[in-house]
Amino acid sequence: MKKVIMGNHALSYGAMLSRAQVIAAYPITPQTQVVELLSEMCADGTLKAQFIKVESEHSAMAACLGASLAGARTFTATSAQGLALMHEMLHWAAGGRMPVVMGNINRAMAPGWSIWADQNDSLSERDTGWIQFYCSSNQEVLDTVIQAFKVSEKMMIPSMIILDAFALSHTYEVVEIPEQEKVDLFLPPFNPPWRLTPDDPHAFGGLTSPDHYMELRYKLQKDMEKVPALVEETGKEYEKMFGRYLGQVEEYLCHDAELVFVTSGTAGYTARVAVDELREKGIKAGNLRIKLFRPFPFEKVRSVLSRVKRVAVLDRNISYGHHGIFYQEVKSALYGQPAQPLIFGFIAGLGGRDITRDSFREIADYALSQNKAEEEIVWIGVKK
Amino acid sequence: MSKKKEAKKIVFNSEKEMPAVPMSLGSMLYNKTGAWRNIKPVIDLSRCIKCGLCWKFCPDASIDIVDDWPQVNYDYCKGCGLCAEECPQKCIAMVEEEK
Repeated sequence: MKKVIMGNHALSYGAMLSRAQVIAAYPITPQTQVVELLSEMCADGTLKAQFIKVESEHSAMAACLGASLAGARTFTATSAQGLALMHEMLHWAAGGRMPVVMGNINRAMAPGWSIWADQNDSLSERDTGWIQFYCSSNQEVLDTVIQAFKVSEKMMIPSMIILDAFALSHTYEVVEIPEQEKVDLFLPPFNPPWRLTPDDPHAFGGLTSPDHYMELRYKLQKDMEKVPALVEETGKEYEKMFGRYLGQVEEYLCHDAELVFVTSGTAGYTARVAVDELREKGIKAGNLRIKLFRPFPFEKVRSVLSRVKRVAVLDRNISYGHHGIFYQEVKSALYGQPAQPLIFGFIAGLGGRDITRDSFREIADYALSQNKAEEEIVWIGVKK
Repeated sequence: MSKKKEAKKIVFNSEKEMPAVPMSLGSMLYNKTGAWRNIKPVIDLSRCIKCGLCWKFCPDASIDIVDDWPQVNYDYCKGCGLCAEECPQKCIAMVEEEK
């Protein structure tokens, strides 16, 4: 069945079709509709889940963790300040190996108070041990929720599904809503290898001495390293059943490109239009949209970028005192590779400023005019 | 302090033997937090009505019910005094620890 729905509702439908059993959430613009629709679904019986109303995002995640540990499939959603308030609990989720799936609507961090898109909220949680998917269409959002539950529950690592505020969260698109029976076949009920139950009492997350802490972290990293291949495998399985494929990255005309944009989120779609325009002018451009950001898709990024001459990384975020975060990561992925492209880093679209085709034209002009790698980041659209 | 219970420290020699999640690593078997206590609850069972409020309120699950009667587990009781405060019979005294 096809429906015209907003990005936020694509998250809700994804959680519904995945038969989430416990949802605990606190509303925040621009996430509100995600949990609003889910609470309606719980109230009218469409979704047989416990909807827990809480007093903060910290409590929302805490409630999800308790439920997850008890063996329930759990979902929540938040944004910016709410995600930051959850920060401590994010470490608990990953360190405690609880496969919660959460939607995060990318919203700029205050101050200045903002409700508009940028990625600094989710990227500030980069090192908490969560899998991170950056989406660029409503269909992708829905499909990713279902696949994220599968990947997360297999690895016992939580997943964050990330949407740009308004540009995706509030944009209506045609979305194919899969049949429940088929989703049930793809995603069996959650059956964790351990759980909190009176039948077999265990203490979870207790005092861990220096004898064991490091091994737990080693195991989390080793399991994280298995995620890229699992995302591919899960994507192929999903494609067989539903006809749509989502992997770690999306390549657009990269095969013969002399300049490749590296993008994420909705900017990744704008970039494709910009690529088409540049190609009409005879410039062989391409776009590599990074979908899976954690764990970082090293192999994919290397195989695409090591065969091009120029790479322009677009960041809707910044690590103050360093560079854009995707720029840092792309550079580090290519370190020591035999073929090294020139890599340029661009900051654009902070606090919801539009990233347009013109932005990409400006980026392309700059990247094509330089003959050595830039030491500094380049700002696009700052009023100077 | 009650007599120390025998507890062997669990040490895994390889990450492969360990669960992926910090689960029942047994650290509290030998980490007797009762040693932090300055004052200890002493229950006068002759006045106890077996209401179970001390058991219910103890934030550290350090009061066991043994044959219907409350019994303080001094290995883990930190002496917060919540049980004494909540006891309707006021039959729990907080007594200074002596070495």
